[in-house]
Amino acid sequence: MLLRVVVIITVLVLATWLGLWWNARNGRFTVRDAAQRYTAPRVGVAELGVALGSDLTFLQFSSEVCTPCRRASVVLGRLASERPGLAHVEIDVTENLDLVRRFDVMRTPTVLVLDTDGVVVGRMSGALDRRHALAALESCPGTVSAR
Amino acid sequence: MSDPISSTPPPSALRQSSPLPPVSPLGIDPRGPRFGAGITAVLLVVVLLLSGGAGTALLAVIAALFAVGTARGAQRTVQGLIFRRLVRPHLAPPAELEDARPPRFAQLVGLIIAGVGVLLGLAGVTVAVPVAAALALVAASLNSAFGLCLGCELYVLGARLRSRAA
Repeated sequence: MLLRVVVIITVLVLATWLGLWWNARNGRFTVRDAAQRYTAPRVGVAELGVALGSDLTFLQFSSEVCTPCRRASVVLGRLASERPGLAHVEIDVTENLDLVRRFDVMRTPTVLVLDTDGVVVGRMSGALDRRHALAALESCPGTVSAR
Repeated sequence: MSDPISSTPPPSALRQSSPLPPVSPLGIDPRGPRFGAGITAVLLVVVLLLSGGAGTALLAVIAALFAVGTARGAQRTVQGLIFRRLVRPHLAPPAELEDARPPRFAQLVGLIIAGVGVLLGLAGVTVAVPVAAALALVAASLNSAFGLCLGCELYVLGARLRSRAA
């Protein structure tokens, strides 16, 4: 019995640790190193069927079984409507598996931040709020955030 | 990657950013599935405390509850009923509603984990019962305590594997 209780406590501690790690990781923006930026895969300028932002574009990968995707969509859409030069494009993973593979999208929402040429400047994934989105813009110097 | 700017036609199911409604017409109270996951987590702890056939039997009951949730949605499970009858009347209305599909997908994941545990247990691999219960307990407690969205983490991987197999 003691062994079973120890197992249960271990599992619950592990779950708590996983949850804290998961929470901290959500919405964290990673900037792509400038040296790698131009050799890495990019999005074709006309590939999405809509124009990219003149400064930056949030390209959001979503799925239908993802609640935080809806929230992220609202946050990013609102931000894009507030700032000229910033665009938000949301695509469904199942319909865009070529892009999912090209950019190693493993979870939803995943948001790529693209410059006006479709070059990936950075990315973030998981549940995100306005704070995360603003932090992402601030990490992209010389762009919309500077205004 | 040879030519990143490929000449592939634009992806079909493109959704524009602007007027995606924050609330689906089929929205459910997001606290319901999290409360339900809490009940499931408690039941899974009991599975880990039990030994032999009793543990397998309770895991089978939990699998059946997941099957109900997979078929009807997490809001129409036994746990969902308890939430609506006993808990929700004491709570303020939810700040926002949630699409019913993500929690339903999580029920399917739970059904697969618990179902494999029960089947292996019945086949004589008795260690599969506590292992499946522990895995499902991690998922259920993460869902309940942290709002982990299993669909967000697993759906893309599933779609990638499916398309590779096709």
